[in-house]
Amino acid sequence: MDSATTDIALARQPRRFSLITRKDKLVLALMLGLPIAFDLVLIWVPTLASVLLSFTNWRGVGPITAHNLIGFRNYKFLFTGYIYFWPALEHNLIWLGFFLLIATPLGILMAVLLDREIRGSRIYQTVFFLPVVLSLAVVGFIWTLQFSPSDGFINSAFALTGHNLGVDWLGNPKINLWAVLVAASWRQVGYIMILYLAGLKSVDPTLREAAAIDGANATQTFLRVVFPAMAPINVVIVVVTIIESLRAFDIAYIINHGTNGLELLSTLITNNSISEANLIGFGSAIATVLLVISLVPIIFYLTRVSLESR
Amino acid sequence: MSVAVQPARRRGLPPSRIGLHTFLIAMCALWLFPLLWAVYTSLRPISDTIRHGFVSLPGTLNFDNYVNAWNQAELPHYYLNTLIVSIPGVILTLLVASMVAFGVSRFTWKFNLSVLLMFTAGNLLPPQVIIVPLYWMYQWIHVPLGVSDNGLLLYDQFLGIILIHVVFQLGFSIFVLSSYMRTLSQEIIDSALVDGASVFRIWWNVIVPLCRPALAALATLLFTWIYNDFFWALVLMESGAKRPITSALNNLKSEFFINNNLLAAGAVLVAIPTVLVFIALQRQFIRGLTLGATKG
Repeated sequence: MDSATTDIALARQPRRFSLITRKDKLVLALMLGLPIAFDLVLIWVPTLASVLLSFTNWRGVGPITAHNLIGFRNYKFLFTGYIYFWPALEHNLIWLGFFLLIATPLGILMAVLLDREIRGSRIYQTVFFLPVVLSLAVVGFIWTLQFSPSDGFINSAFALTGHNLGVDWLGNPKINLWAVLVAASWRQVGYIMILYLAGLKSVDPTLREAAAIDGANATQTFLRVVFPAMAPINVVIVVVTIIESLRAFDIAYIINHGTNGLELLSTLITNNSISEANLIGFGSAIATVLLVISLVPIIFYLTRVSLESR
Repeated sequence: MSVAVQPARRRGLPPSRIGLHTFLIAMCALWLFPLLWAVYTSLRPISDTIRHGFVSLPGTLNFDNYVNAWNQAELPHYYLNTLIVSIPGVILTLLVASMVAFGVSRFTWKFNLSVLLMFTAGNLLPPQVIIVPLYWMYQWIHVPLGVSDNGLLLYDQFLGIILIHVVFQLGFSIFVLSSYMRTLSQEIIDSALVDGASVFRIWWNVIVPLCRPALAALATLLFTWIYNDFFWALVLMESGAKRPITSALNNLKSEFFINNNLLAAGAVLVAIPTVLVFIALQRQFIRGLTLGATKG
């Protein structure tokens, strides 16, 4: 990173309006106003509309009238009658758990190992980061070549040793989520590693020197000195991990449209609302559930950001 | 594993270093394997794998699968679709984000923080939260037939895909650029204002050039993200022929027979552009991500 970017922002009062003409104010208002308007219309209005539509049984045809208002019926059906909801929620939570307990710690471990001066650190980083630049669609295909029941590498390699596994890694609903999580983690580890490396580089080196002088070993230095000093980046890592788990969609959709063991909240929304079924109101209820869950990490993160910028 | 070693310059590596490198090399092999396997499979004709099995030494290696994937999936056409979306998408995102970041980081008014938070929150939402109403909104905006081929402004149109990418990516870019701009010296702006430069000129002639490193870093990231998009085009682009390269792989799957060797070649071809961008611009790429994570 440039030194300019690592310096903490100059603690100077930003410009007041005094030197600015009326025309300048108009230009500024447009420079900010137009993007804000687009952001509101294309992101926040639909967000609100999702919540409102979830109280209707609208099917996408004709206007929405009082007859379409059905109160909480969509939610009632979602929670008690719709057999895919709880499995999908569970899959999202398993996804989150797998990322939080395996992919993210592994990414942090790689970052800590590669942060020290070792030969070839750059090459190692490049290798681990490579999957991050791939489209999840491509990741899905690459792993299909590993997991495919008859032609995939895993089953074929076992067959050569005389063990016929015959496991349908992506087709068996009891295990396909785990196979997909391996593929998704392949990408997540490098992402977390790079973010964490940046955090490690921004820790004041004198902290480590002081710890070393006090006789702390590397593990102690990391756990007692470096890790606490990285509170801001730790927040980013946790938020990124949660958001990525809630956004999970592409790989599951590529493999089987998010069905048969790969149901996720995101695929249920798409399959119910953007399809022949056209269950707009019902799909919106699922979207609202996803929104409410997503708001937890988002609000947590934004609170941190606004406290820091005070 | 013990990591308590000072990098002492002795002859030979201390045992813990050897252990560390062994571990890292093993991890690298594990990480590269799926990629290399895809490349290996793509170089073998399907007849070769049928005869010898997938896990076997090759009888023949050639680029036939690549030629077939290139032609059969009409890849050039889909690469072009992706470029039509990603190039304007990246440029527009950077222009607009730098305007907003300039406004919120260089001038004080009541809603600075709220604006920043609104864009950032929008960027963090899962796209599926907004997709249902957005899909209908896109279908409602009509224009005369001469303006677009289906009478709609956004649905099934490149413009619609570009627009949602720009709006969705703004959050991250504004966040990165506004923290970058706060590190710039206020004196440059002050003296430009005293010289009578307009706000617009300060943005375009002073701020944008100074932000070049951050803009370059963001450009590589944005290009990769937009290139890799699958979801927006899946829902908002109805015509298969207008979809981006990430959707083209499906054209290589037939209902009855899946030619894994051909698919592997297709996957490699789809992956190549972002891998090349990453290898050529690795520094930019990583700087972009880290600017966002560490706030400069």
